Amino acid sequence: MSERQLVTLTVNGVEHELLVEPRRTLVDALRHDLRLTGTHVGCEHGVCGACTVLVDGLPARACLMFAVQAEGREISTVESLSPDGRLNDLQQSFVDHHGLQCGFCTPGMLMLAEGLLAERPAAGREEIREVVAANLCRCTGYQSIVDAVEACARARCPQEERS
Amino acid sequence: MKPAPFDYRRARSVADALGLLAELGGEAKVIAGGQSLMPMMAFRLARPSHLVDIGGLGELRGLWVDDDGLHIGALTTHHQVETCTDPAVLAGWPVLPASMSWIGHLPIRTLGTVGGSVAHGDALAEWCLLTTLLDAVLVAEGADGRREIPVADFFLGFFTTALLPDELLVEVRFPAPAPHAALTEYAERHGDYAIVSAAVSLDLVDGSLRGGRIALGGVADAPVRVPEAEALLTAGTTHPDELGGVFAAAADAAAAAVDPGDDQHGSADYRRSLVRTLVQRAGVQASVAARAVDDDRPAAVPAGARRRP
Repeated sequence: MSERQLVTLTVNGVEHELLVEPRRTLVDALRHDLRLTGTHVGCEHGVCGACTVLVDGLPARACLMFAVQAEGREISTVESLSPDGRLNDLQQSFVDHHGLQCGFCTPGMLMLAEGLLAERPAAGREEIREVVAANLCRCTGYQSIVDAVEACARARCPQEERS
Repeated sequence: MKPAPFDYRRARSVADALGLLAELGGEAKVIAGGQSLMPMMAFRLARPSHLVDIGGLGELRGLWVDDDGLHIGALTTHHQVETCTDPAVLAGWPVLPASMSWIGHLPIRTLGTVGGSVAHGDALAEWCLLTTLLDAVLVAEGADGRREIPVADFFLGFFTTALLPDELLVEVRFPAPAPHAALTEYAERHGDYAIVSAAVSLDLVDGSLRGGRIALGGVADAPVRVPEAEALLTAGTTHPDELGGVFAAAADAAAAAVDPGDDQHGSADYRRSLVRTLVQRAGVQASVAARAVDDDRPAAVPAGARRRP
């Protein structure tokens, strides 16, 4: 049983062909098969959010999806935020607002926030708080993460464009 | 932990999925969004020999309203319901999009599906409560075609439904509009499974309360309706003061009617006290929603509501 499957994954705009066991989770395929180790893996059962990536533009837990299920879908990982090696505005905002300390939760937090701001560019602090609650951080106490996301949202979507 | 090994089959159509289920027998599990099944497999509480992936069946995705009510394709995600802007859905069933924020967290709702949640049959799941509250019809497809299962006959007990092993849940249908309804719950942290959840739907006609429905999760091994409390949902006005008293009486009756168990999340007495608080809260929220709704439009599905495209 458990015959390996050939799957085509589109990650950060690049197609990859992989031969994986069906039980290979998306996060393990990203890290072990594609060596995209920016995405972290914590609890492996959908609670901590460290493995959050974008699937078709929406935040999703990469430990709660098998790689074989991801065929035909667009996956974006934290590596997509700085293709030229320079931090994007959200990442810089995390630096500026002390939105990270040990950094373990950071890739998941960044992708969660990117997904939120893509869908709701004018998200207010309460919306940001509710969404950030999806992921665990044991260092910052969350306030500074919310600050970082809120500052980035305000810079991307100035007050006059907010409804 | 990593899930145990299994064989993977991707269904190309509903018929293909049914064929695979018949061929593989009882050891196969259907996977849709996987947001409940995958954690169970990671803990090895579930070790299916085969997974039949129906995630790619686009024909099971989407919401539409017609003369038979609101149809929700089984693979529609919670997030699709949450962000639905169809005026016919928002007019008839505003409680559905409004309740979605109770389901886990955003990254769960983007993959998790309505049908998956109902078929999983967790007594605390919001969709199990909403379908119970609103007398939904669960549409199952098997080798002999489709059959409609009233929700009253669907949830049989602890993670047990009337769905047969070789059937697929293809649609959840809400036959009647419920413009005055609300769901609320209490969990230790937002996004956790609720300890107790409550939902109320009110029948308001010409400014008076003519009846309603109350459903509870977390007090039995399946969601329950509380007819003893529903019988008290009458009042000659929709004035907040009088309705407050009505909801308080209904909440007391609901707390007296249920017989919850004790577990590590709360004693039976604690759950009864949550029932009292949450029924009252959901009742007030349903009536507030009603006043907001009645201010700007009639509480009914617009004539000529659109058919499925």
